[in-house]
Amino acid sequence: MGETRYTDTHEWVRQEGEEQLVGITDHAQHELGEIVYLEVKVSAGDKLVKGKEFAVIESVKAASDVYAPISGEVTRVNDAVVQNTGLINQDAEGSAWIVAVKPTDIAEFNSMMDVAAYKKAIGEG
Amino acid sequence: MASGEVKKTRLYSQLVKAGGDMIEFAGYLLPVRFTGIIPEHLAVRSSAGIFDLSHMGEFFFEGDDSARFLHHLLANDILGLEKSHICYTPMLYPDGGIVDDLLCYCLEKNKFMLIVNASNIAKDEEWVREQIKKFNGDVIFNNRSDEYTLIAIQGPRSQEILSKITDIDLTKIKYYMWDAGIVAGQEVLLSRTGYTGEDGFEIYVDLTSDPAKIWEGLWQAGKDYGLIPIGLGARDTLRLEKKMCLYGNDIDQTTNPLEAGIGWTVKLDKDDFIGRGALLKIKADGLKRKLVGFKMLDKAIPRHDYLIFADGKPVGKVTSGTFSPSLSIPVGLGYVETAYSPIDTRLEIEIREQLHPAVVAKAPFL
Repeated sequence: MGETRYTDTHEWVRQEGEEQLVGITDHAQHELGEIVYLEVKVSAGDKLVKGKEFAVIESVKAASDVYAPISGEVTRVNDAVVQNTGLINQDAEGSAWIVAVKPTDIAEFNSMMDVAAYKKAIGEG
Repeated sequence: MASGEVKKTRLYSQLVKAGGDMIEFAGYLLPVRFTGIIPEHLAVRSSAGIFDLSHMGEFFFEGDDSARFLHHLLANDILGLEKSHICYTPMLYPDGGIVDDLLCYCLEKNKFMLIVNASNIAKDEEWVREQIKKFNGDVIFNNRSDEYTLIAIQGPRSQEILSKITDIDLTKIKYYMWDAGIVAGQEVLLSRTGYTGEDGFEIYVDLTSDPAKIWEGLWQAGKDYGLIPIGLGARDTLRLEKKMCLYGNDIDQTTNPLEAGIGWTVKLDKDDFIGRGALLKIKADGLKRKLVGFKMLDKAIPRHDYLIFADGKPVGKVTSGTFSPSLSIPVGLGYVETAYSPIDTRLEIEIREQLHPAVVAKAPFL
């Protein structure tokens, strides 16, 4: 598995072959609690724009926007997670990725926080 | 302790030890969840759960005119409330709006305990003192909220569990009655009341008793029955499924008890009470809007203040909304124009700028 990088809005990105997988962090799922709704606003073929909201996640208590950590073209949406949102609580940074993206600029990934920096940012480092 | 500082209840260390995820609520550090809102909610519906509700307010009234005063202050029948009995009642403004909704316990003739919402304690105290001045009778009032820990046990197995640690005959305490006695070696007052729609008890522990012994006692007694601690998150989903109003969401000073569906707590035929005149007129004019329960027909979750549409136009607003753990669908409460209040009426809820289909449903939802 490639290295995972993070944003301060609690998204993560990981290189898997030609694609980069995007999801929300384990810290974020824990803060949200049981996730009962996921709305992915993009489909395969759509453009992802770094910093722009591309999905909404709802837990019992609250709704939370998910922001694109990188720019690129969406290649796949993870249907397994759309059907079973509880997967995000179980494996947020593994099998519960939300979209797979063909990135426009590898430099965006390289400039993201690594796991140590993210842990520090959330007060666990 | 400086005012504005966040307070801890006397059960704080027990809550943390039990795995509580603590947040600030009504000036206290309280758990929003332990294992998770959904398992906690389902535990209360199927077996039992325990809650620390010490943030709630406890007001005491005595004096030869206290019953007459409360009969005037509150909308329900207080003069007819006998010792050991409790009633649920709103406390109204002269225009019929709601100051708070509360429980009134008749401790003995001319001695009462009122349980008020945590977020309204200061406001309610000021209102009560103002009304006592105007009433000009023998009424002694004390706000003893800081002296009480309140532990609730709620769920179908509550009586089984609680009876293991008390000699009080719980079968004699009917719904909306109270008694006093020993629980886990501690002197308490307890009532068969609650905010979950399930059978259960609320246990009042003052400063002369140790609430930790009661919490530990219930925990041990309930271990084999599936008893778990419950946080504020599940407290909200439980009451919402049973269409129990939350002050600040479903009722406030801009809503009256008739439109909120709690008209049964208002005794318009009794002697004059604050708000009676306004309610008589509201009733005579017919209700313009009503609080209804609705079920979402897709997966988006309705939340407080979202607009409700029907026939292409806004007809109301969501007051409370959530994902119902028992039904596994999103549900909500909200005010709609009276024409749109019948069950099965189709509605649309505006969620993040999109309209999502919903339908007025029988509420309580289960």
